[in-house]
Amino acid sequence: MLFVQVCVGSSCHLKGSADIVELLEKAIEEHHIDDEVVLSGSFCIGKCNRIGVTVQVNDDVHVGVTRENFREFFKTNILDVIESERK
Amino acid sequence: MRKFDTKVQHLKYKVLREVARLAWDDKLLENIMDIPAKLAPGKEATMRCCVYKERAILGERVKIAMGGDKNNPNVIEVIEIACDECPVGGYEVTNACRGCLAHRCEDVCRFGAITFDHNHVAHIDKSKCKECGACAKVCPYTAIVGRKRPCQNACKVKAISMNDDKAAKIDNSKCIQCGACVYQCPFGAIMDKSFMVNAIDILKKSERNTRGGSYRVYAVVAPSISSQFSYAKLGQVVTGLKKLGFHDVIEAALGADMVAMAEAKELSEKGLLTSSCCPAFVQYIKSAFPSLVEHISHNMSPMAVLAKYIKETTPNAKVIFIGPCTAKKAEAQLDEVKQYVDCVLTFEELQALFDSRDFDLSSFEEGVLDNASYFGRIFARSGGLTDAAAQAMKEQNIDFEIKPVVCDGIEACRMALLKLNKGVLDGNFIEGMACVGGCIGGAGCLTHGEKNKSEVDKYGREALEKTIGDAISLLK
Repeated sequence: MLFVQVCVGSSCHLKGSADIVELLEKAIEEHHIDDEVVLSGSFCIGKCNRIGVTVQVNDDVHVGVTRENFREFFKTNILDVIESERK
Repeated sequence: MRKFDTKVQHLKYKVLREVARLAWDDKLLENIMDIPAKLAPGKEATMRCCVYKERAILGERVKIAMGGDKNNPNVIEVIEIACDECPVGGYEVTNACRGCLAHRCEDVCRFGAITFDHNHVAHIDKSKCKECGACAKVCPYTAIVGRKRPCQNACKVKAISMNDDKAAKIDNSKCIQCGACVYQCPFGAIMDKSFMVNAIDILKKSERNTRGGSYRVYAVVAPSISSQFSYAKLGQVVTGLKKLGFHDVIEAALGADMVAMAEAKELSEKGLLTSSCCPAFVQYIKSAFPSLVEHISHNMSPMAVLAKYIKETTPNAKVIFIGPCTAKKAEAQLDEVKQYVDCVLTFEELQALFDSRDFDLSSFEEGVLDNASYFGRIFARSGGLTDAAAQAMKEQNIDFEIKPVVCDGIEACRMALLKLNKGVLDGNFIEGMACVGGCIGGAGCLTHGEKNKSEVDKYGREALEKTIGDAISLLK
């Protein structure tokens, strides 16, 4: 089970938390992994970045997630992790 | 530039600031006795009969700044030696009465309390006078004055009386902690207990400070902050909060968004509701209209709802609420709330905290504060909650006609509750706000002004989220 927390603190919020949440929701549905991912919000994770949003996957914190690099982020940090857990 | 409405507030602030300075440096216990002499130096009295009385009163203020009398459950406390024992004679005829022929005062008095001596000068029979004030209004010479204590006048729930020494006394079973008396007493003899020292302690031991703490402190700020600290930008206040040691600053208005959604639903299910955002209003229903308690919304206040969310999603979080409200201090002590809110501060206390660190807010860079919608933010003023509830109905496609009764101030609340009690209320949703104007009229505000409402509306319009749904969609 993956716990994905999107930062919705003021800083990330202004840099597009809402977009990232929307993209995550869509991608999770697309890949039929609703049962394996718990998506939630979180207030400031403490890693405010100049670009993009901070997303925490289990204990790993990823900064700078944007609309542009979302696909790549989703694949390496969510899909691949789930893949390896299945094995 | 410091802005307070009155010199009493300024005095209270100076005490808070000195206490805070010592508390940050861990020197409170050693140096606490020096504060009164520091604030009232020399031999000349500037406020009271002698400098020693001034210092004695300052000593009492220091006690209240550090949490006050532990044996008194009320967060509002009287400093007996500071009470000036104002006259309480009721309506009296002054020597401005010219003994005219019209005798309007006599005609308007429905209780036959006015008589005249051989010079036609009016006299009021105290045993008949009901203190309605009608005579004072019609006298062309304004010769009749009502002598009532400012504290009693301010206390619309009639919790203040005199004790045997003629000092003000608060009936804890009636007091709703609205703080009206605190703000109105011209001698500063009634104060709200401060938990600022606890807040400093929490901040000092947190992760952000160097003492190896393991938790983060979140500041939850009320939307009325937009009308305060007018000498700096809101973003600079946010930066100031972070410099004090807060990990993050979150808008209580986001909690208001959450409440609006839930309350709209609850209203449509129950058909009749009284709001639960204002803790003084809730306490008033509990103490004065116990039979109406069932109609109080089961939703907790925005402060409590948001604090609960923070604590449930963030391990090791501590929450300090900062607002205009003295009643919130009492709300935070309720069993169902105290697990979520660790401490409550007022804007007055926040100002003292900033200055105890010698912050120049206007020189700071601007931080950001954005979580809530327009509707969450306008909770700060009277009528805002009703607008938000109606919007939440629309957004959730609930087919229910909301008939709001917006009560601005505790007297208006009383009227609505009396009608509800008798079953003649024309409405199904009572928005109760104990302070006139809503939270922006709160006793813990630095300033109270005409333009505060427009400041709140302006701040609301600056919200990125135009709907409530947008603002809370991220919180799951």
